[in-house]
Amino acid sequence: MSVTDTERMKRVGLNGDEAVAYAAKHANVDVVAAYPITPQTIMVEKISEFVYNGELDAEFIAVESEHSALSAAVGASLAGARVFTATASQGLALMYEILYIASAMRTPIVMALGNRAFSAPINIHCSHDDAYAVRDTGWLQFFAENVQEAYDLVLMAFKISESPEVLTPSIVNLDGFILTHCIEPLYIWNERYIQEFLPDRKPVEAIDYRNPKTYGPLALMDYYMLIKRQQYEVVRRARATIDRVFDEYSRWSGRRYRAIKTYMMDDAEYAFVVLGSTAGTMRSMVDKWRGMGRKVGLVSLTLYRPFPEDDLRRILSGVEAIGVMDRSHTYGGPGAQLYQEIASTLYSLDEHPRLLNIIYGLGGKDFGPEDAEAAYKYLMRPDVREVWLGVEG
Amino acid sequence: MLPDVNKIRTIKEIPNIDLFVSGHRLCAGCGIPILIKNVLRAIPDPKALVNATGCLEVASTIYPYTSWKVPWVHVAFENAAAVASGIEAAFRALERKKGGQKYNVIALGGDGGTFDIGIQALSGALERGHDLIYICYDNEAYMNTGIQRSGGTPLGAATTTSPAGSVIPGKPEYKKSLMDIVVAHGVPYAATLNPAYPVDMYNKLLKANEFEGPKFFHYYSPCPVGWWASESMSIEIARLAVQTLVWPLYEVEYGKYRITVNIRNPKPIEEYLKTQGRFRHLFKPENRWIIDELQRRVRENWERLEKLTKL
Repeated sequence: MSVTDTERMKRVGLNGDEAVAYAAKHANVDVVAAYPITPQTIMVEKISEFVYNGELDAEFIAVESEHSALSAAVGASLAGARVFTATASQGLALMYEILYIASAMRTPIVMALGNRAFSAPINIHCSHDDAYAVRDTGWLQFFAENVQEAYDLVLMAFKISESPEVLTPSIVNLDGFILTHCIEPLYIWNERYIQEFLPDRKPVEAIDYRNPKTYGPLALMDYYMLIKRQQYEVVRRARATIDRVFDEYSRWSGRRYRAIKTYMMDDAEYAFVVLGSTAGTMRSMVDKWRGMGRKVGLVSLTLYRPFPEDDLRRILSGVEAIGVMDRSHTYGGPGAQLYQEIASTLYSLDEHPRLLNIIYGLGGKDFGPEDAEAAYKYLMRPDVREVWLGVEG
Repeated sequence: MLPDVNKIRTIKEIPNIDLFVSGHRLCAGCGIPILIKNVLRAIPDPKALVNATGCLEVASTIYPYTSWKVPWVHVAFENAAAVASGIEAAFRALERKKGGQKYNVIALGGDGGTFDIGIQALSGALERGHDLIYICYDNEAYMNTGIQRSGGTPLGAATTTSPAGSVIPGKPEYKKSLMDIVVAHGVPYAATLNPAYPVDMYNKLLKANEFEGPKFFHYYSPCPVGWWASESMSIEIARLAVQTLVWPLYEVEYGKYRITVNIRNPKPIEEYLKTQGRFRHLFKPENRWIIDELQRRVRENWERLEKLTKL
């Protein structure tokens, strides 16, 4: 099918929040439980409009906190509903306790996360602190590079999460303000055709008084570790479903989705690894560097959890030096979060590429071509292992 | 006021069905199972329960066993009302969109899970007007973790975090008035329950079926372990709580108060206090003022309730 098939999809201009709201609407969600927080707010406003104008037949639960948002989402999901929620930074931190429970209770909730820095000082702009902070909670995580991907990934996340072999919630990350508030052109589906790709949810073991079950029991030392091992296997094996759904959606939409996007990596001597919207900036810089004869490539992750480690080992082996770009940092640890994971991933290789941890863009600090140039210069210096771009001092 | 349909007169009229079965690990003399058995008999199918973390949850669902023959959900400590909100909303949406059945959703929390850590989720659920029943089983402290004081612990009671010390003799603060907080939300129906008055309890639970929106019950739940009392005395203590005005039995329908068990000649509060070790230190001469204060407060509260019934 052609991407210009105007019967099935139309080209519109939306910001990331609006696009995500349309994706939730097009997924025909049954329940949305959410609490407003910048930069996610437009999502809940738009979904409220859809519900209050009768354009979306769903229950919008205007909860009194993010903790209750996710709690209500878990309840609704157990009852068999297709459930959406959305938040950012502090709100995700307030949900933290329930994130673990939602995944362990196998509730296939989809959450959009408008990535935002953690307080203090309070800041409403983009960092990936929030996404990283919940990487161990058992949720699948995807990163959108642009508004189109945010829209598409929400639709795909429902299909992946609700697959009976997965039954695990998903987070779709989109950079705060850079994507949540920037209007970009994108294709959205004519709702009539969504069912082809995303039929209604077929719940597994939903609440049913005729077949009563106990959800969320106490499991002690005799069963707890076994149950955790089972969940670990589920998330690990979810990769097969993710690849299958990505392929299916790629064929259906004409837009190609893969766990990892590589650019100019075939003969790359130097590589950058990045998450989110910065991939676009870096790709244009790779073009510029290639024009200057520099053998630079780019790796950006659409899939963050489960971490695509085998692919990364294959893609990054043989590269001389890698700049791992973290829009976050850690205190007193061996490098920021993505850096640590790339380092661990590559450790089993016989020959290790040199690694540079590039800390950039915290709290929305601008990242432009000149910053990418600076990153490149640091990557050429074997004596530098970590750099805070713009605040090197 | 709505007519009292299906009202029972004796406990013999309570149906002999059991959806909360033996094998649970709740203590001898615990007040909770009495509540649960009555709730499950009075609230018809289809129903689903949400249970906050606490004694009832840990004692009834030790994997791979369960005492529940109804759908039962536990998520966390502070969010039973929020989880119940989600279930209720989901069944409402699914009924509308796919012809599913609407469920009677019942949320259960202890005093810690309701007065303290769960009050925000409860307030949110009541304000949003979800069609559900919330029941607080109040044993007046965090019993599951070993008797720590809560917002529901009464003045002077000894707990492990408000011990009967030589300087501070038990909890220095008053019990929070949970019913007032709930009623202030404008809920259709709220009532107090007590296991020594099963007919009153059962009729109030039946009445919940008549209202659309949030229904709330505040249940007096004797805890022999946490109150340093005899297991054989639970019902007697519960009865004394009503007879001494510590636990007035009343209901509020759309703001209209009605005392359901009238106490014409209240017994002195000492008769209640002396049944429980948590109040033993109050009988020292230097702590007499606390008993007097408790006595004054229960009388004032009763008089206030009587005035409210006349509004």
